[in-house]
Amino acid sequence: MNVPDDLFYTESHEWVRREGENARVGITDHAQAELTDVVYVELPKVGAQAEARGQIAVVESVKAASDIYAPVKGTVIEVNKALESNPALINTDPFGEGWIFVLKMDSPDDVKKLKDAAAYRAAIG
Amino acid sequence: MSLVSDAAQKTTPLYGEHLRLGAKMIPFGDWIMPVQYSSIMEEHQAVRNDVGVFDISHMGQLVATGPKAGGWLNEMLTNNTGKLEAGSGQYTFLLNENGGIIDDLIVYRTGPEEYLLVVNASGTEGDFAWLNERLIDDVKLENRSAEYGGLAIQGPRVIELFQAFFGNEVELPARNQIKAFDYNGTKLTIARTGYTGEDGVEVFFPATDATMVWNEVLEKGKALGIRPCGLGARDTLRLEMCYPLNGSDLSPKRNPIEAGLGFFVDLKKPKFIGRDVLVAAKEKGTAERLVAVRMKAKGPPPRPHYPVSREGERIGELTSGTLSPSLNQGIGMAYISSAHAGVGTELEIEIRGQKFPAIIEKKPLYKKS
Repeated sequence: MNVPDDLFYTESHEWVRREGENARVGITDHAQAELTDVVYVELPKVGAQAEARGQIAVVESVKAASDIYAPVKGTVIEVNKALESNPALINTDPFGEGWIFVLKMDSPDDVKKLKDAAAYRAAIG
Repeated sequence: MSLVSDAAQKTTPLYGEHLRLGAKMIPFGDWIMPVQYSSIMEEHQAVRNDVGVFDISHMGQLVATGPKAGGWLNEMLTNNTGKLEAGSGQYTFLLNENGGIIDDLIVYRTGPEEYLLVVNASGTEGDFAWLNERLIDDVKLENRSAEYGGLAIQGPRVIELFQAFFGNEVELPARNQIKAFDYNGTKLTIARTGYTGEDGVEVFFPATDATMVWNEVLEKGKALGIRPCGLGARDTLRLEMCYPLNGSDLSPKRNPIEAGLGFFVDLKKPKFIGRDVLVAAKEKGTAERLVAVRMKAKGPPPRPHYPVSREGERIGELTSGTLSPSLNQGIGMAYISSAHAGVGTELEIEIRGQKFPAIIEKKPLYKKS
């Protein structure tokens, strides 16, 4: 299972790429493999305030709807519109084209509270 | 997102094979079953285009024997068992005194005085207890579920697979017929039935031979594009055909008339449990009816229990829902107040507080082109 070293991770299987003051967020390869066949993504609204561990988006497979949580506190400044027409990008490229939203973090140091790649690898066994 | 972990429960004789194939296992009633091996979409398409195999060993087998078995079952079940020749089967219901559905099942007449009831896994114990309480002299009833493994082999290439097993001379049983075949030292009881809308069979065999049969099917089916298929594809396939799922679309509080399944109830029979209620339901109509719905635009897939409204007024809720892999549209079934249950009626389905347009469609939702 792919777990890139340069990202941060949550217990609820989101990944975070720190881009200066901003955090780009998606779900991990492990999560997409468990879900398979993502058929719909409910994106957050640009401008929405996100609380750390607060529900912010929904990813739906054929079988179930899964809540996506904001890894850190911040404001949504960008969402991946490509997922509206091609939700399967989450399956085919979870760490790249399958990103879901970008947060402007209230405190960029918050990412340090998240898991690093080694800790996430250990968590998913 | 949160991922659900499995609590170990009842397993079929093929549990080890499912793990070996990398299936994702989920709890299903008391059972732990494969929901998918690779992808629900791909498994679904394998059944629509080629052939797929499902483990149905969790389903129950009850056997009634004796000179009065046929007559007794005719008072326990809604369809007319008197019409069954030896070697044929019919879809039917087991009802409570209020006409509510305890279970939906297929009853086969496997001999002049022998009947096989194939029932839902979750219904097996309850059905057996219910029937046992009402048993009469000269009928023997056995719960033989643990002795049998079962596979559903479904898809347009099932005949080719059958020929790979038995050669070109042997004929598959006709639709709704059942027949035993000897194969590789075991007995395969093959019925031409299914839950997918495709040509197909359901095969039963001694549980101890399950691994051999499963692997023979996968090996001989390889050239035909066979795929092992899980409960996920089983649900999308059956819902496209509007076949009901007991526990979701059917329950002890719903009768076959309101479920739109009166075809499998013979009201001309003088006596069967629940008859009076069904006669009244047929004459006076029911407050609600189970209808098929299709989402009118792209959006989140409908799911069970989503509210259904019309012009702002709540008129029912979904009992089943999914994204149809064949239609690439959201589909579902819902009990709707009968005043609004006509085909073509425009509805709204509420998903996480937002309303999405839908329409009542004729059943089935998927028609083979």
